[in-house]
Amino acid sequence: MADTIRFKIRRQDRPDSTPYWQEFAMPYRAGHNVVSALMAIRENPITAQGERVVPPAWESNCMEEQCGSCSMRINGRARQACSALVDSLSQPIVLEPLAKFPVIRDLVVDRSVMFDNLRRVKAWIDIDGSWDVHTGAPRISPQEWDLNYALSRCMTCGCCMDACPMFAPDRDFLGPAPLAQVLLMNNHPTGKFSRADRLHAIMGDGGLTDCGNSQNCIQVCPKHVPLTTAIGMLGRQTTAQILRDIFGA
Amino acid sequence: MSTAKPTTIVVGGGLGGLWATLRLVEAGIPVKLFSLFEVKRSHSACAQGGINAALDTKGQGDSVWQHIVDTIKGGAYLADQPPIKTMCEEAPGLIHTFERMGVTFSRTPEGLLDLRLFGGVKYKRTAFAGSSTGQQLLYGVDEQVRRYEDRGLVEKHEWWEMLSIVTDSEGRCRGITALDLRSQQVQAFPADAVILATGGIGLIYGKSTNSSNSTGAAASRVYQQGAWFMNGEFIQYHPTGMIGDDKLRLMSEASRGEGGRIWTPRLPGDSRDPRSIPEDERFYFLEEWYPTYGNTVPRDVAARAIWRVVKHLGLGVRGEDRVFLDLTHLPADFVRRRLGSIIEIYEDYTGADPTQVPMEIFPAPHYSMGGLWVDWEADPATGGMKHGSPRNHQTNIAGLFACGECDGAYHGANRLGANSMLSASFSGRVAGESAAAYVKGLARVARADLGNAFDAERDRQEEINRAILTSEGSENPFALHRELGKVMTDKVGVERDNRSLDEAIGALQELRERFRHISLDDRGPWVNSSLPYARQVHDMIVLGQVIAAGARLRDECRGSHYKAEFELKIPEGKFPGDPEWEEYLTRWKEKNERWLKTTVARYAPEGPEIEYHPVDTSVLPPETPRDYR
Repeated sequence: MADTIRFKIRRQDRPDSTPYWQEFAMPYRAGHNVVSALMAIRENPITAQGERVVPPAWESNCMEEQCGSCSMRINGRARQACSALVDSLSQPIVLEPLAKFPVIRDLVVDRSVMFDNLRRVKAWIDIDGSWDVHTGAPRISPQEWDLNYALSRCMTCGCCMDACPMFAPDRDFLGPAPLAQVLLMNNHPTGKFSRADRLHAIMGDGGLTDCGNSQNCIQVCPKHVPLTTAIGMLGRQTTAQILRDIFGA
Repeated sequence: MSTAKPTTIVVGGGLGGLWATLRLVEAGIPVKLFSLFEVKRSHSACAQGGINAALDTKGQGDSVWQHIVDTIKGGAYLADQPPIKTMCEEAPGLIHTFERMGVTFSRTPEGLLDLRLFGGVKYKRTAFAGSSTGQQLLYGVDEQVRRYEDRGLVEKHEWWEMLSIVTDSEGRCRGITALDLRSQQVQAFPADAVILATGGIGLIYGKSTNSSNSTGAAASRVYQQGAWFMNGEFIQYHPTGMIGDDKLRLMSEASRGEGGRIWTPRLPGDSRDPRSIPEDERFYFLEEWYPTYGNTVPRDVAARAIWRVVKHLGLGVRGEDRVFLDLTHLPADFVRRRLGSIIEIYEDYTGADPTQVPMEIFPAPHYSMGGLWVDWEADPATGGMKHGSPRNHQTNIAGLFACGECDGAYHGANRLGANSMLSASFSGRVAGESAAAYVKGLARVARADLGNAFDAERDRQEEINRAILTSEGSENPFALHRELGKVMTDKVGVERDNRSLDEAIGALQELRERFRHISLDDRGPWVNSSLPYARQVHDMIVLGQVIAAGARLRDECRGSHYKAEFELKIPEGKFPGDPEWEEYLTRWKEKNERWLKTTVARYAPEGPEIEYHPVDTSVLPPETPRDYR
């Protein structure tokens, strides 16, 4: 076991400044994940060359892969840094910001496009209001629940967007994560009522048909959200919607 | 008179803040929603096991009344009871509202909401979505808030940190100042009402089950500006935290509700593979000591039992600070279906499969029962909290409201599992309604002149930032935080004594002094996380002083607060009717005369000033002690 943990981190001071690399070597400790290691570096930010520098900036919150904050590229692959255990990674551990979102600073990127896209596809149930209407929603079978629960675990972390060859800042494609939420909302017994609105939102430019079927998204999703299954099912739903639009429902 | 269109601010976008936002918007009042990060990343996402509501769909005869009784007794009678009554009564309606929002609750074979057992109760009362219920509930309200955002009624200010409130000459809250976490600029934001929904304070203990942004800094800041902080000394240790260097990850109480068992080898230091240890050499101490509730005793009881087994009986696994949480006797597919997300967490971080190998756990700081003091108005017609009253969830500062974990209203001395998602949601809803009523009432009152209050407060905050950024001392804020966590964990933990607490109070004062000599490695003006972190460390120390001072003064045992010296023990093997029990009951009531009081801390520069307020016990007078044997 090596007695140090080595990192190579891509730094970028400001959104418009030129990136550069810095290397760090810290004492080995068992049980480190990438975020806890970054915290140790932050406390004593000295590079492998012995220079005291401004500590790297990154995002994290829950530290247990539930909140989606700490996405970054680790050894080239988009994943959650808090569950990336140092002992399982080859060194130097290369940290880069997600490549498909604008860099704010160092490993911090701006993922607001994902939340904008959730608005674009109307990923919500149109309830009358959040007051009690003295009844619940219609029943949902355990079999339907299986798929819905899997879809609902999407934490908008952006890994699938990073891996998707069709998603990029200069393109209009919604990306896998927001698309999967359309299926979740369409599956809900009252969410179905607005199905046509959501389907229309993904039928135009940048919508479903921009998916190139590379299957990259499903490879990197930390929550195993059935993204490609969802996209396939939405393909059938949009086809049916086209027919309904032409012939009436 | 106010004629301008009202505006409100909600700080915090977890369950409480998002519910408050919904109810304000639905009352026609736009909201500026402030959060340290995208609201969807809030710590509510970490809540696992479920949310309580007496739906009584399991043929066990559960009732709303029983939910009220369990909650009051679970909290050792320390919370005002009418708000608890209303919360439990409205719980089924809340669950059904979540269901309408599309929350993916787990289902029975006939498609109804399934329910599971949780701690401190005898009936299945906990609705759940696998073991990621908090995440699912959070997403449900997040989507509804996005719907209103889409209509222009909610304006999100994500990546902003609240630094202070702004008050007028009459002390009324009129807005906030906040730090843009990207540009590091301080700005003032006027509002007719401010709701704090800023969550828990686990980071004060260094390592806890909480997210790394759950510092309590916002609550501490308004406390330092005059808001009262109640019952600070009541800190819940969750019995089953994963052992970790960076975080104590939660292993849900649902694991025991679904049949998991806690045990440790009877032989001290036994290092055999747990699977090879025969049944009769295993000590199922919760089942032995509490045959009626067994593994699902309330958290304070379970945490203390584990503490006793490990620290006093010397029976920790391999002699270390840990015992087993065992699911291996349950069918693996059942465990994965019901508890999949926590099983994944355990597997990710340890490499071990909990369906095959018992998990190793130890109590971890988890939840603050205490929090900002909030008012409520009684409804004589129902004996509960009066619907729509502007007093509900208002702090002692007019116009400043609090909800969720950062208020201290519902859980008294100990919170029952799966009541936190309930209280966060319910209190958020109430606070939103209450703030709406308050804002509408403002149209009829003349408000004091603000003068240059906003500029002055912004200047004051910028000066604090400047002082930190230019400080050239030798103290490292990250190291100070670690020391704070150690003081709190070692001296203000599961078991407390007055000597250690005195030491803690001294150590905290010293940490506050040392904070004046910090120095930052990052002094830059763009996404500088060191500056807000340093400020949080200061504010955590101040709140640590509240916790320690309350604990020092409370010479009794109640719920999570335990001092062996003052323990009033239930006589062993004795029950109601036995003379020893009746003697115990008499002494228990005498103790309540002295200590069944709400601790209220007011800020003073030299340390908190503590006073005690009476508790409203009008729903269930304290006649029967807690007894989970």
